[in-house]
Amino acid sequence: MNTPAELKYTKSHEWVKMEGSEATIGLSDFAQNALGDLVFVNLPEVGDAVTAGEVFADVESVKAVSDVYCPVSGEVAEINEELLDDPAKINEAPYDAWFIKVKNVGDTEELMTADEYEKHCENE
Amino acid sequence: MKLIYEIGEEGRKLDLFPELDVEKYELKANKRNVELHLPHVSEQELSRHFTNLAKRTHGVNDGFYPLGSCTMKYNPKIDEEMAVLPGFTNVHPLAPVESVEGCLEVMETLQERLCKIAGMDAMTLQPAAGAHGEFTGLLLIKAYHESRNDKARTKIIVPDSAHGTNPASAVMAGFEVINIPSDDKGCVDLDGLRNAVGPDTAGLMLTNPNTVGVFDKNILEITKIVHEAGGLCYYDGANLNAVMGQCRPGDMGFDVLHINLHKTFATPHGGGGPGSGPVGCKEFLAKFLPGFTAVKSANGFDKKYADNTIGNLRTMAGNFLVMVKALTYITTLGKEGIKEASSNAVLNANYMRVKLSKTYHMAYPVTCMHEFVMTLEEEHKNINVSAMDIAKSMLDYGIHPPTMYFPLIVHEALMVEPTETETKEEMDHVINVLKEIHEKAEKDPEYVRSAPHTTVINRPDEVGAARNPIVAFKF
Repeated sequence: MNTPAELKYTKSHEWVKMEGSEATIGLSDFAQNALGDLVFVNLPEVGDAVTAGEVFADVESVKAVSDVYCPVSGEVAEINEELLDDPAKINEAPYDAWFIKVKNVGDTEELMTADEYEKHCENE
Repeated sequence: MKLIYEIGEEGRKLDLFPELDVEKYELKANKRNVELHLPHVSEQELSRHFTNLAKRTHGVNDGFYPLGSCTMKYNPKIDEEMAVLPGFTNVHPLAPVESVEGCLEVMETLQERLCKIAGMDAMTLQPAAGAHGEFTGLLLIKAYHESRNDKARTKIIVPDSAHGTNPASAVMAGFEVINIPSDDKGCVDLDGLRNAVGPDTAGLMLTNPNTVGVFDKNILEITKIVHEAGGLCYYDGANLNAVMGQCRPGDMGFDVLHINLHKTFATPHGGGGPGSGPVGCKEFLAKFLPGFTAVKSANGFDKKYADNTIGNLRTMAGNFLVMVKALTYITTLGKEGIKEASSNAVLNANYMRVKLSKTYHMAYPVTCMHEFVMTLEEEHKNINVSAMDIAKSMLDYGIHPPTMYFPLIVHEALMVEPTETETKEEMDHVINVLKEIHEKAEKDPEYVRSAPHTTVINRPDEVGAARNPIVAFKF
């Protein structure tokens, strides 16, 4: 399992990279592996408000559709449109395949370090 | 095999149409710019084509079909025989009531018997399928809250083990979905429910027995919590086959439910329909029912429309011939037979569960109802053999795989529902096959990972098909 140390993680398997008041968000390696080959991604629109702990996107694999939860509150500054055409990128390189960038970050969910997250995954 | 457009020869035809014996009439309407694409095949080619297709299907007539949560049981032929009687097939939906009273009697009798089985007061037969029934039931709940001017009730509570159609129907009906977690037995977590209800609760959607095949013993407490918060309780009848004749959703505290006639009451399904998802409700919701209900009149039978109806959910009466099959099924089995069917469904599931539990891990080590869930999580971790691999291996033995990767709360799930119509010999055979596959997986995992080995196609590219669907033939 690949869990880069410079990122923070949520219990619901999103990763987040904080830079000042901006956050970049994606799905962890553990999550993409558990979901299997992804075939569809649904993303919010630029300008949408997102809330920590609430659904902001969904991903569909051959097995199931799953919600993706937002680790932070704020406003969507950018979305990764590449994923819409090629959701396989999430399986290939989960930490390059960011979903959205959020600006004006306010509240955040309880975030874990890479070590903590690995322990959390062992119990999943 | 080839598509029908890829066989035959230009100009080859069938002799199915008799010779024209009336005056030829030219249509005055706009004509097509391009010729219709029709197959050019002889009658024999056509016959062989469809026979070939039929040989490559697998239905309940071919063998074991334990698709969990789908109740793929054998449907007696007498039900089909009744449904093709000309008095039922040669009627027009707009025919005057006095000319179709027999059909109305079928509907009235079925409504009444389904109400008895479900513990409800009124029933609409109009919805065409299970999810359609869910949508109908949710609209009844919505109409009820709106009629009381209680506009704050916008949320429907759904446990995380629910069928995917539940949250989808709730969203379609304009509600917001609140997901609540299940406890370690796959049942509703009471504290989770208590925390979720409030003045914004429109209702709760629940399947009992739930999707892991366990009867939620707290059901009276669950419906009480929701009622005390001012919400209504919706029963998803997907698993009614486990409890019909034993206990009634209406007595468990549910206010509204749907029943899948095509699962529980003798209509073959799995091929896309037609189905039928009647919705039953308690008296206080009856005034909102859609379409018409069949009622006894002074001289026979009549149609009755509800005073505050939510409107039509589809055209006319619904899928009438499915109703004929359901009534035939219920009538031939009778009160005792219905009870015996659900008893045997539960007995069969437990027989297989216990026999298999030495080889496979059960997700919930409790007595189950009509289905049970195995988890291949350890095999997946230790020998890299997944639930999918086991399922694919079953194809080599001519057995339809169980439901896979559902419910979502169980990892590497295989969900087995043998139904009441399988014999002990057949179940013993399948148990032996499953044990054999497990043994093979341990000795030669690659063999199981690359199964099936005897089918026409091996493993279709499901991911490719989902990412780049090609849904039309290009001429």
